[in-house]
Amino acid sequence: METVVELKGVQKRFGDKTIYESLDLAVRKGETLTVVGPSGVGKSVLLKLIIGLHRPDAGEVIVEGQNVAAMEEDALREVRRKVGMLFQGAALFDSMSVGENVAYGLYEHYRWPEDKVRARVTECLSWVGMPGIEEMRPADLSGGMKKRVGLARALAPGPEVILYDEPTTGLDPTNTRRINELIASLQKKLGVTSIVITHDMDSALAVSDRLALLEHGRIALTIDGDRAKQSPPEALARFMRGEEVDEQRP
Amino acid sequence: MTSSAARAAGWVGQKFEEAVLVNLGRLFLLVGRTASGMARRSVRVRDLAYQVQAVGVRSLGLVITMATFSGMVMAFQFGYGLERFGAKLYIGQTTVTALVRELGPILTALVAGGRIGAGIAAELGGMAVTEQIDAVRALGADPLQRLVAPRILATAIAMPLLTVVADVVGFFGGLVVAWLQYGVPPRLFCNGVYEFVTMSDFGSGLLKALVFGIIIGVISCSAGMRAQGGTEGVGKATTRAVVAAALTVLGADFLLTKIMLSL
Repeated sequence: METVVELKGVQKRFGDKTIYESLDLAVRKGETLTVVGPSGVGKSVLLKLIIGLHRPDAGEVIVEGQNVAAMEEDALREVRRKVGMLFQGAALFDSMSVGENVAYGLYEHYRWPEDKVRARVTECLSWVGMPGIEEMRPADLSGGMKKRVGLARALAPGPEVILYDEPTTGLDPTNTRRINELIASLQKKLGVTSIVITHDMDSALAVSDRLALLEHGRIALTIDGDRAKQSPPEALARFMRGEEVDEQRP
Repeated sequence: MTSSAARAAGWVGQKFEEAVLVNLGRLFLLVGRTASGMARRSVRVRDLAYQVQAVGVRSLGLVITMATFSGMVMAFQFGYGLERFGAKLYIGQTTVTALVRELGPILTALVAGGRIGAGIAAELGGMAVTEQIDAVRALGADPLQRLVAPRILATAIAMPLLTVVADVVGFFGGLVVAWLQYGVPPRLFCNGVYEFVTMSDFGSGLLKALVFGIIIGVISCSAGMRAQGGTEGVGKATTRAVVAAALTVLGADFLLTKIMLSL
């Protein structure tokens, strides 16, 4: 199957702290890959490397055949049209209405007439189950609603890859289920490739075609979603049981 | 003891120089990148208008209050001094010259600039710590072009306009005090100003205001964009912006005054 995102020998440090020594990961077209791992292991950094918000100190980050790590900020615009991201706290723009938030990427990437933009905003909001809230402000929305609007905003420019940073963190069980169903249904409906970062194992098992465990600055294992549910390997089982990661391991 | 004191002083001096150079470098980099972003894609009129309204129109009340009192206080002070020499009729000339050349721009920059700088740093800082600036980039936009450029342009436009308001309001404040406290008729006050205060006095004040506006915009945007560490980081960025902008405005005022007087 075709690979759409690939990280090869990625090294990343923040000051003295090494996040990745040499990280390798390949994501196949159309799949939902979930990356799990303990807090502070660099899960969110992984997504920000893919969309070019962070640069690796060494290695390659290849998105649709282009090495994002070597691209200038201007050249990243096209990559960012193809890759949408749902941020952990949704990161909606407080000074704008919901409609303006969702339309933001459309104004950046396309020269569409206003009625086409409005129609696309309406369509994206209905995909996430929130039609008719264009005029509301982000401050008026609950946490779950913000995440769904954030997802509509990420979907609006028509990305081929969607990055989800902790999509269910801080949500109640109803909203968690709703978001999980959305991730699965959008993959089916739009055929997008999804990369989900989470430490919520229930969500990970619910949405994943494949799971990757990020530990000690590298991908410790990758496994099919079905196998992870039935007979998870020891390292993943340890994480699922909530046992502490051995910090002494390389 | 002397040598360790000298070493400590040298260390402090070196750290200070490093901090000044690093910050200056950051500011020049921000200005350069913002200018290059503006050269590639122009600032949206809607964004600029919103920012001019946010930094300018919403500062009007503060500027009018500040200018009323500063005009009145200046008239009191000049009247007090001039009366001793029997020269209180010159109160209009002295008060308004001081206002348009110096007090109008500097007080507007310090008072309204504090409000504007704190607002910009807090807003951008809040966006930085809640990943909104990352979201702007992820959606294909350049935050310097979309967020920083409109704010710097808005402060550069708003500060001279606010200074004109301060000059006019201060003029009337001075006129009232000259009339009611020192018995100088308003017509005499106005005639004195008309004959003595030149357009170059007024223009030099506006030029200062323009420079102060750019300084406030650049420093507060830089502080806000670099905020990190949650709400505490936003607070620190805001304080840093207000203090750095005020000190830089005072330093720039000295330099500009020196240059303008030597021309």
